[in-house]
Amino acid sequence: MWRNELSTLFRRRRTQAILLTLMLVPIVITLVVRFAGGPEGGDGPGFLSQVTNNGVFAVLAGLTVTLPFFLPMAVAVVAGDTISGEAGLGTLRYLLTRPAGRGRLLASKGATVVVFCLAATAAVAVAGLVAGVILFPVGRITTLSGDSLPLVSGMLRISLAAFLIGVSLLGLAAIGVFISTITDVPVGAMAGTLAVFILIGVLDALPQTAAIHPWLLTNHWLSYSDLLRTHIQWGGVVRNIGLQGVYVLVFGAAAWARFTSKDILA
Amino acid sequence: MTTLLTRPSESPTTTGADQAIETSGLTKFFGKQKVVDELALSVPTGSVFGFLGPNGSGKTTTIRMLLGLLTPDAGDVRLLGQPIPAASDQALPLIGALIDGPACYPWLSGRQNLWRFDASGPDSQRSTRKARIEEALGRVGLTAAGDKRFKAYSLGMRQRLGLANALLRPRQLLILDEPTNGMDPQGTREIRHLIRELAADGTTVFLSSHLLAEIEQVCTHLAVMSAGRLVAQGSLNELQAATSPVLRVDTDDVQAAEAILFASGLKTTTEVNQITSVIGDVRPEDVCRRLVEGGVGVRRFVVERPSLEDTFVALTGEGFDVAQ
Repeated sequence: MWRNELSTLFRRRRTQAILLTLMLVPIVITLVVRFAGGPEGGDGPGFLSQVTNNGVFAVLAGLTVTLPFFLPMAVAVVAGDTISGEAGLGTLRYLLTRPAGRGRLLASKGATVVVFCLAATAAVAVAGLVAGVILFPVGRITTLSGDSLPLVSGMLRISLAAFLIGVSLLGLAAIGVFISTITDVPVGAMAGTLAVFILIGVLDALPQTAAIHPWLLTNHWLSYSDLLRTHIQWGGVVRNIGLQGVYVLVFGAAAWARFTSKDILA
Repeated sequence: MTTLLTRPSESPTTTGADQAIETSGLTKFFGKQKVVDELALSVPTGSVFGFLGPNGSGKTTTIRMLLGLLTPDAGDVRLLGQPIPAASDQALPLIGALIDGPACYPWLSGRQNLWRFDASGPDSQRSTRKARIEEALGRVGLTAAGDKRFKAYSLGMRQRLGLANALLRPRQLLILDEPTNGMDPQGTREIRHLIRELAADGTTVFLSSHLLAEIEQVCTHLAVMSAGRLVAQGSLNELQAATSPVLRVDTDDVQAAEAILFASGLKTTTEVNQITSVIGDVRPEDVCRRLVEGGVGVRRFVVERPSLEDTFVALTGEGFDVAQ
């Protein structure tokens, strides 16, 4: 069932359009840096200035630019659509009378969203890599600490950073799936998820709410950059993974409680 | 023709219950409104069961409770002898359903949609899936259009695809909510034929429809709902026998005729030149003689069994108001 769930999602034009749009971001950035001149030491997004020295950094530049808004928006659309989208189409009643099983359907939807989070991040990373390697020289990778690493181990670290960014999206995805079980209107669930994300961003920026900052799902989102220090600092990375896990558990349980007892009127 | 969609009696998990659907005290509230009120449905195995009722009488809500989509506030449901929703996993694979119209993924083709629904269950039977999909498409006449995207389907084609989904597996019970909605007369005939064929194979068919003539043509049993309650249930013959014959008189001299019928103890309703009256115990021979002796020019004088439409209106009341 899960395989079919995936093919149904990725056969949809909307999903394909989202992935293509995400891939355009690192490609456009790389092209701009190449042909309009890079912001030498400017205040552009992190890693952008490094792209001219080493095309591989286009991966990180692309991820850094898409992480604050593009990736969360994509996740809000897909996660918000999981259950409410089936309800909106009316297909939910046919899945449940098949019978797919409510818990089973939710689990398979959840697993599909996880795959999408990783696929969306990978799409940005791969597009950045291809564009960067074509347009710029490739060589040893300079860490944030200023040392340089051999290309292969540098690439491994960049891949791990990309994977962690994918994992960072899981908490938001869980919120999206939960909201999706509350309403039969997919657009409502998508907008609701995005609204929650923006609210979290606002709270994370206010000094008055410092007490709850460690519990906000975006709080450790930038911890992936710790992987690019000469000596990797794992503290933030581990806290990030743990926090995403807490969000997945809490909102996953809430979605399960809601969906398994819900009257299906759509 | 039916090789893969085997007869229900040959399928391994036949339950052998003598009631395909049985509910007792089934009740559902939406807020304070009682939408379904202590429903006691009893659908004999092997019957073609017509489920009638005006808009808003609680038919679809009942069907959703039967299939475990809604949780009843009170009462029990048994499908094929199994309690719902407790034994849904055992009972539902043997039941094909068309609920409240077809619903599919617009970006997938007809074939892909059927594949998706079939693959979504735990008992996947993958090896026969392709053949079962082709056979179901063939039965509803969609073989040629199977690779078109669902969004390009007409209303009638969508309905056919929904039916194909209900026929993907060997079924003991089909629950069909308005199966001919949006179909052309030819399609309606095909579906009626298909229902007869399935019933002949021993499948119980539970059919909700507004098309009374259609129910009259295919159904052996009938239940009528009104405002959440069951107002009648039984075999078609029983129900029609329970209503008295109707007298219809065509005449130009309506007023005189009405007076004579009234004097004979009959209540009349008149439409243009036709007077209709439930004749009850009054002998039609006497009424006819009185009319002729009273000088009324009678063009037509018939006593007939009420049509299903008359029965339906007698049970649920006249008028277009949606039931509260």
